[in-house]
Amino acid sequence: MKKRLHELAHCRAGDKGDTSILSLIAYREADYALLARAVSAEAVKAHLGHVVKGTVTRHEVPGLGALQFVCEHALGGGVTTSLALDAHGKSLSYALLELQIDA
Amino acid sequence: MTVLRIGSGAGFSGDRLEPAVVLAERAGLDWLGLECLAERTIALAQLRRLKDPAEGYDPLLARRMTPLLPVAARNGVRIVTNMGAANPLAAADVVLGIARGLGLALKVATVTGDDVLALLSPEDRVLETGGRVGDLGWLVSANAYLGAAALLPAIESGAGVILTGRVADPSLFLAPAMHRFGWDPADADRIATGTVMGHLLECGGQATGGYFAEPGLKDVPDFARLGFPFAEVGADGDFVLGKAPDTGGRIDAMTVKEQLLYEVTDPRAYATPDVVADFSGVRLAAAGPDRIAVSGARGRAQPRQLKVSIGYHAGWVGEGEIGYAGANALARARLAGETLRARLGAAFAELRIDDNGCTSLPEKDYRDTEPYEVRLRVAGRAGVKDKAERIGEEVEALWTNGPGGGGGARRYVREQVGVVSTLIDRERVQPQLTVKEWRGEKATA
Repeated sequence: MKKRLHELAHCRAGDKGDTSILSLIAYREADYALLARAVSAEAVKAHLGHVVKGTVTRHEVPGLGALQFVCEHALGGGVTTSLALDAHGKSLSYALLELQIDA
Repeated sequence: MTVLRIGSGAGFSGDRLEPAVVLAERAGLDWLGLECLAERTIALAQLRRLKDPAEGYDPLLARRMTPLLPVAARNGVRIVTNMGAANPLAAADVVLGIARGLGLALKVATVTGDDVLALLSPEDRVLETGGRVGDLGWLVSANAYLGAAALLPAIESGAGVILTGRVADPSLFLAPAMHRFGWDPADADRIATGTVMGHLLECGGQATGGYFAEPGLKDVPDFARLGFPFAEVGADGDFVLGKAPDTGGRIDAMTVKEQLLYEVTDPRAYATPDVVADFSGVRLAAAGPDRIAVSGARGRAQPRQLKVSIGYHAGWVGEGEIGYAGANALARARLAGETLRARLGAAFAELRIDDNGCTSLPEKDYRDTEPYEVRLRVAGRAGVKDKAERIGEEVEALWTNGPGGGGGARRYVREQVGVVSTLIDRERVQPQLTVKEWRGEKATA
C-alpha cells in the first residue's frame, strides 16, 4: 500500500546559501523505522531532482525520530541571487511530503 | 535553584514588534535577545551606510526600542541585539536618544570588530564556489561571525542595552548564560547545551508554533496572538523552553524538533564560533503545559577559523506578473510565457518564467490538476536598472499584445546583493567594546 509522507511525518525547510535542508520528522516515533527504510537520499534526489541539482546527504537522528536531508545546489544558485519566487526553497518541505512510499 | 531567564523577542529584522514587549512585561526575564540580522541584511545595511554615514543600523531599531525601553527598565530586563547591523555606534546614539526622550537613564554597550572587509585578500577562497573573492566584483561588505566571548566585556559593563553587528545567532543568547554561571569556554558540553538553547530561541515564534501550523493536523491555539519563547537556564546548562504567559501558540516536542533541526547541515556537527555541537543526543521532556525540558547536547572544541559573510553587488532583477483565469488559463499563461521568451530572450541570459498557482514554488505539479487561475511570472537579471525595467515593461505590454483575458499585471525592479562566505583566522578578528551612557538628567537642562 502506498502512503504519502504527509500522513506520516512533518517537515520544515531551511536554507544555507545554495543548500536546502529538509527535516523530516515522524509524527509517531514508531514510524521512524519505516521512514528510515523507505526514504533514502536517492529517493529524495529522484523526487526533487528537478530542483535539487547536487548531492542529497541523509543524516539519521533516531533520538528525535527525524531524518535530515541536506540538498546541495538546490536553490537556483543561492538564496540571495536566485530568480525564483520562493528563493529560500521554503515550499520544498511540502513538496517532499508529496513523496509516496510503500507502507 | 537559581535560573537565568532569557527571552527571544525577534527572529528576523522584519519580525512583529509586540511579542517582545509582552515577554519583557510578563515573563520575568533577566535578558531579552533580539535576532534581526540575516545573511543579506547586513550587506543591505552597509549599502545604506555608504549613502549616509549616520545610517546602516536596523531600519526598525527605533520602532522596536521605543516601546521596549520603558518596560525593560521597569522590570530589570537587559537587551542584547544585533540590530547594530553595519553601524552599531550610530545605533547606540539612536537608542540613547530614545532613552533621553523617555527620561530613562541608560548605558549602551556596542561590540564592533566584525567588519573585516579591509582584512580580506582577493586570493581568499569562496566556500560555496571554490572561486576567488577577487572575482566577485564590487564587494559591499564582509563581516566575521563573532562568538559569545566577544559579548562578555559588554555584559560585564553593566549596560542595559548591548548592540552588535554580526554575531552568530545562538551566541547572542549563550553569552548571558556564560557570564552568569561563569562557564569555561572550553567546557564544550556546557557551551553546546547553551548553543542549543540559543538555536531554539534565535528564530522567535518559530519555536512556539510559528511557521508550523497546518489546520487539522498541526493546529496552533490562538494563533493570531502567537507568544514568543524564553529559556530558563540552570547553572549546569540544561534548560526549560517556555513561552510568554497568556499568549497563543504552543511548545511541545513537535514544535521544538522542527526548530532544533532548522537550517542544521549536520546534526552531529553544528559549528558556531563557540563550539561544534552534536544535537543527536538531545532529549526533550514535557515539563508542564507549553514547557519542554532540553538536555543531552554534546560539544567539541570550537573551530579555529571564523566564518565571514561577504556581500557583493549582483546586479538588478526585473520582474513582472500577470494572471489568467477560467478555461484554458494554463494554456494562455504558457502562450504568454513563450511570447515573452521570444521578446526578451536575446537580451537576457538569465530569464526565469513560472506559472504561479501551478508550478512556480516547487517547480513541479505533484498532483497533476489544472488550476482555475494561473499567474505568470517572469524574472531576469541585468547589470543596470534601466535594462531590468524592460522585463516588467514587456509583461505589462501583454495587456494589448498578449493572450486573451490577462489581468492584474504588476512590475518590480530591485537591486540584488549576493552573499557568499569565506573563512578567516580567529586571531585576526579583534572585537571592540564601546560604552555610552545617558545619566538621566532632564532633557531641558
